[in-house]
Amino acid sequence: MTQQLQNLLNAIDVPADWIGLREVDERTTVRFIRDSHPQTNARAKTHGIMVEVLANGQFGYVGTNDISKNGIQKAAEKAYQQAKLAAKYAIHSFTDAARPKTIGSYNSPYKNVFNESSPGVLNDLMIEASKVLKVSDKVISTNAFAQIVESKHRFVSSNGSDISQDFLLVTFDLVATAQDGTNINTRSAGGLRGLSRQIGAELFDEKWVLHKAKEIGDQAVELTTAEECPTGKIDLVLAPDQMMLQIHESVGHALEVDRILGDERNYAGWSFVKLDDFGKLQYGSKLMNATYDPTYTGQFASFGFDDGGLKADKEYLIKEGLLVRGLGGKESQIRSGVPGVANFRASSWNRAPVDRMGNINLEPGDSTFDEIISSVEKGVYMESNRSWSIDDYRNKFQFGCEYGKLIENGKLTKTVRNPNYRAISNPFWNSLTMIGNQDTFKMYGTPYCGKGEPSQVIRVGHASPVCLFKDVAIFGGA
Amino acid sequence: MEQIFNKISDRIYSELKDGEYLTLSLQGENSQFIRINNAKIRQTGLVNNTEVSFDFIYDNRNCQGQITLSGDLDTDYSRAVDELNRLRAEIVQLPEDPFVVLPENTGSTRESKSANGLGTDKAVDALLPIMSGVDLVGIWSSGRIFSGSSNSAGQKHWFETDTYSLDFSLVNKDHKMVKGTFAGSDWDQSQYEAYIKDAKQKLELMNKKPVKMKPGKYRTWFESKAVADFLSMFSWQGVSEANIRQGNSAFIRMRNEGTKLSPLFSLNEDFRSGLVPRFNERGEIAPEVLSIIEKGNLVNTMVSSRTAKEYKVKSNNASGEEVLRAPKMAIGSLTNEDVLQKLGTGLFLSNLHYLNWSDNIGGRITGLTRYACFWVEDSEIVGPIETMRFDDTIYNLFGGELEAVGDNAKINPEVETYDGRQYGNITCPGMLVKSFELTL
Repeated sequence: MTQQLQNLLNAIDVPADWIGLREVDERTTVRFIRDSHPQTNARAKTHGIMVEVLANGQFGYVGTNDISKNGIQKAAEKAYQQAKLAAKYAIHSFTDAARPKTIGSYNSPYKNVFNESSPGVLNDLMIEASKVLKVSDKVISTNAFAQIVESKHRFVSSNGSDISQDFLLVTFDLVATAQDGTNINTRSAGGLRGLSRQIGAELFDEKWVLHKAKEIGDQAVELTTAEECPTGKIDLVLAPDQMMLQIHESVGHALEVDRILGDERNYAGWSFVKLDDFGKLQYGSKLMNATYDPTYTGQFASFGFDDGGLKADKEYLIKEGLLVRGLGGKESQIRSGVPGVANFRASSWNRAPVDRMGNINLEPGDSTFDEIISSVEKGVYMESNRSWSIDDYRNKFQFGCEYGKLIENGKLTKTVRNPNYRAISNPFWNSLTMIGNQDTFKMYGTPYCGKGEPSQVIRVGHASPVCLFKDVAIFGGA
Repeated sequence: MEQIFNKISDRIYSELKDGEYLTLSLQGENSQFIRINNAKIRQTGLVNNTEVSFDFIYDNRNCQGQITLSGDLDTDYSRAVDELNRLRAEIVQLPEDPFVVLPENTGSTRESKSANGLGTDKAVDALLPIMSGVDLVGIWSSGRIFSGSSNSAGQKHWFETDTYSLDFSLVNKDHKMVKGTFAGSDWDQSQYEAYIKDAKQKLELMNKKPVKMKPGKYRTWFESKAVADFLSMFSWQGVSEANIRQGNSAFIRMRNEGTKLSPLFSLNEDFRSGLVPRFNERGEIAPEVLSIIEKGNLVNTMVSSRTAKEYKVKSNNASGEEVLRAPKMAIGSLTNEDVLQKLGTGLFLSNLHYLNWSDNIGGRITGLTRYACFWVEDSEIVGPIETMRFDDTIYNLFGGELEAVGDNAKINPEVETYDGRQYGNITCPGMLVKSFELTL
């Protein structure tokens, strides 16, 4: 399967200590219907090879669009030159132990392929959904969005790695914006393009899509007459589609070992977590069990191997609230001495891998949804992220949601609009008081996680149960 | 790559059948990236990439494609023909698009700017030695970036330029940081070394005892970069005509409710610097100068030709995303020397971080202070502040609370590299506001 790439590798003539070729051939199809009219029917194809060499303890790379034999030889020579020049200033002197020999393959799970008739079928379904989203004249705009990514990754190296991974990734979203006077509200299918997973055309079940469209349209209209979210330090219950963002920003990024090592300080920032916190820091309450799980079937960032060739396994990051492991690939594990995971990932052939999230999940507990709600005297239940911001140490965050419900005396009562909350990561996770059971556990993901210099956007997955946090600063809109 | 693009364009347009229309748009880079941590090299490499986008129209239907060019004409022409045939097979399955806009020939342009930059084999030894003795973290990005556009009506544009930037942070022992961006086209080693030395001196200011702030409202001076951070938000659910029409814009209050900003605030799209191509992905040429906010009044939004057709308004040849590509804020009268005097007691904020709309329709933005941000008492800097979260509206900051605007506009170069290195900058002065709300 990787023979062509292997032939290119074998033909390279540079005196490097190690050489790796990582080929990405990816097609991204976007279908976007707005207000029942086609807005975008696009397919972007990108194809290139990242040539990486190790010389004098320093890796150098060239991401090249010229994938001919001559082009790869030239790229290898340039990468070798870059590595040699940089070696005397290297932050760490690596060996090929940073690129372990691995052989294997991975394929996304799916039932039905997208075939040649899919463009018309999908457009028809999304136009129908767009009509259903417009449940009344109050709905001033509707969107139906589908993104299908078919991605082939191949990796071979001079120390014997031979990896082949084929992905089929689908993102689907429905959005309605409704207006009543000056009050305008938007509701979507999970926020942040959260309906992202590894699946086939079976996702686009007509009955489910149209049911979802009606629900979203109704809720957008409902928000136009809803009260502002109240202000106060009260209880907060988060749905899994907001937990996705909460986990992502205040657990995932904070545990990236390259951030902790300072690589990211000029861009996304540092972390409140220090290297000597692993095995010691009580990150959250005893109910908190966070895992790195690239093996979760169908989740958006499931894979068999990271882009450094490390085999991907499920690992606990936080166990019963205690921080036990970092999000660090092989290079970060070598630099830091902290136990890590297979998360050395690149967005494509034209970016070098860095420590990234994959699937970061919160394991379910044993409370039912009704038990959680009935335990709250005064609070707000929030769904679907619409606003996110956190400081460069991953401490002070403020998140906003699309849809809220007041909780009064153990019952969900009125709908509220513009629900927001703000807190500091470590005390917030230690205020985790109840955690939902498997029935409340849902899987989400998003194509949009930005990081790195040069910058790159990567796919991540987050699954979580419903969670209750005590005494959180909650507030409404402008 | 220009020659290959032109040859592919000529050949592919000759392949078109009656009723078929095509626009090609090219983006490419030959870049060097050196990632630096603690004044040492973390990662280093080169990226050569060229992507060509297709916008295909037939029978009132529209679809798009994109391919990677390899640099070999035969290979690339073959890829282009395959893509055209794929688009032909797909477009007949699609519904009609009532807002499709046919390509036109309104004239061709060509701009090529080469510079005497740092070679990829020279960068390491030119950049690293002066960094010794300080914790510097950042990214060196350099090389050529280029854009092209052509269409089946016969129009062609080409723009290419050589640029570099060292975007960096200096960090002291208490983890306090200052930010710097040394950017340009022609390399001058002595200017670079002077810039780094100056940044090292600024870092010493951060050694003062940190000040812990409480949530509340404060008089605040925003340096140019902090103002640029706010202005960048206008391109995201702000100045787009489509966003306003579709209920997703912080500018709706200005359009529908007549809300005005401060008469001290004016903002233009201004391409006169020549640093950004004036043509968009459809090859349409933007006005050289377009007033967006004139003394607090919203006078223009960004209108693409598609939006213009849909809402029956006039296009100003904005990009499809309807973002600001060359924003320039008008200067005021407050001199640099008078800033601390005029501020008196309050906040002096150099940079902001992680801005997001906390209430887009209400124009409310949340974010954080970052880097060289100070507490000032009686016009004297007391010390750097601990990181604080803010939550306030553009209607306050650029409206009723705006007290003065600086008389010196600075160029804040674009250093984002998500889809490759970018053109452009945000040019703006600093500004003084009577009240700015810190929340956490």
